[in-house]
Amino acid sequence: MTRRVRIALLTPALLWLGGLFAWAIAGLPGFGDYRGPYGYVLNRVVVPLRHTTNVVMGTTFDVRGIDTMGEEFILFAAVLGVTLLLRDESGSKEVERHTRRLRSDAVRLMGVLMVGGGLLVGLWLVAFGYVTPGGGFQGGVVVSGAILLLYVVGNHRDYRPFRDEHVLDPLEGLGAGGYVMVGLAALASGTAFLTNLFGSGKSGTLLSGGSIGVLNWTSAFAVTAAMLLLFAHFLETYVVPLEPEDAAA
Amino acid sequence: MTVVATLVPLQAVAFAVVALGAPVVVLTRDPLRQALVNSVYGVSLVCLFVVLEAPDPALSMLVVSGIGYPLVILTAIARVRGERRRAKEAADD
Amino acid sequence: MSYLPYAVAAWVCVVGLAGIATSRNLIHLAICLMVTQSSSYVLLLSVGYVTHGKAPIFKETKLGTTAVDPVVQALTLTDIVVSVAVIALILALALDAHRLSGTVDPDGVADISG
Repeated sequence: MTRRVRIALLTPALLWLGGLFAWAIAGLPGFGDYRGPYGYVLNRVVVPLRHTTNVVMGTTFDVRGIDTMGEEFILFAAVLGVTLLLRDESGSKEVERHTRRLRSDAVRLMGVLMVGGGLLVGLWLVAFGYVTPGGGFQGGVVVSGAILLLYVVGNHRDYRPFRDEHVLDPLEGLGAGGYVMVGLAALASGTAFLTNLFGSGKSGTLLSGGSIGVLNWTSAFAVTAAMLLLFAHFLETYVVPLEPEDAAA
Repeated sequence: MTVVATLVPLQAVAFAVVALGAPVVVLTRDPLRQALVNSVYGVSLVCLFVVLEAPDPALSMLVVSGIGYPLVILTAIARVRGERRRAKEAADD
Repeated sequence: MSYLPYAVAAWVCVVGLAGIATSRNLIHLAICLMVTQSSSYVLLLSVGYVTHGKAPIFKETKLGTTAVDPVVQALTLTDIVVSVAVIALILALALDAHRLSGTVDPDGVADISG
């Protein structure tokens, strides 16, 4: 269908959708009037049971652990799809035809300082994820961002070890598979899948939550490896300088 | 337990900024400029999540709109331009 | 006034859908899809809010103070990080279409065969 027909069909459809939304919103309780008991129960129950002071992380990795496993496999499948789509099958052997060097010393200095700082912040976010706000998902993206700064600051030869698929693929597999292994370990010991096997330690310290800590770290590995793999596949063979070109796409 | 469903002015402002930011992102047509506008929209979403007492989603959105989205968008734009440049050079020969 | 959050979520969703349908560039389309996804996060967190509730982190606050719903926050935070990979998949499809047909215009890509 042509563009004009599409836009002509779009306007009444969006108006009808807006009307449906209005009817749905009219049936919701007002903002702040929370009625469901699940939230209140979790806020009272998770900290005494698992000793994790971050109830959101306790919910993500323990109470609703199976949903997080599904999300990790969405991540895994999406990265697999990107790998298959962007496989360089045209047979072109032009490896790193254009290169780009960072010319500004100030940017390079800031970048070098931020690599260490970013790595530390990312690891801290992952490690203390179940005590204070943070967690494997957020910290994993920060760690991968710190590693990507190496690409911005150095040249592509410095970054080459982090583009190696033989390192990143096992790391991502360790993350996704490790999650399932912890669940299967609970199954093998006679309880339900993903039951919290290890004891909950002292509340508010790193040694709390039992298997929540382990699952936290496996999901951090999976997310870091997934981000680095995405970058490696998108950046396949060459780097082109990004100057503001013609405004037309 | 009687709960009065109200909206604090700070929250109303945060919602209004998000509602104004979304059309701006959509109406920016050039992908390179839109990537930057999307990151600013991400920051406004972070402010909204913090005001709604949700620190973990706020951290996620902050990290993702600062590192994740620019990563994939900018490399995609660079690759499209690289392929166009290669096609133009091949056509000029 | 207490329905403003849900109205904002619906407005952002509709704006994103309009952007997707009228887009002339596949990368612009992917970013409009991100805007539509963000409307779902706004809706989830608005539904879970409790008036005068604090954040559900009990390191400094005492156990038993009213806190907002942690389940929707758990859903939202994993969803945000996973959406990066999903958008990357859509951009990879756009790159593939560009490689096969030479254009990123959604109307121009329709003539690919095979």
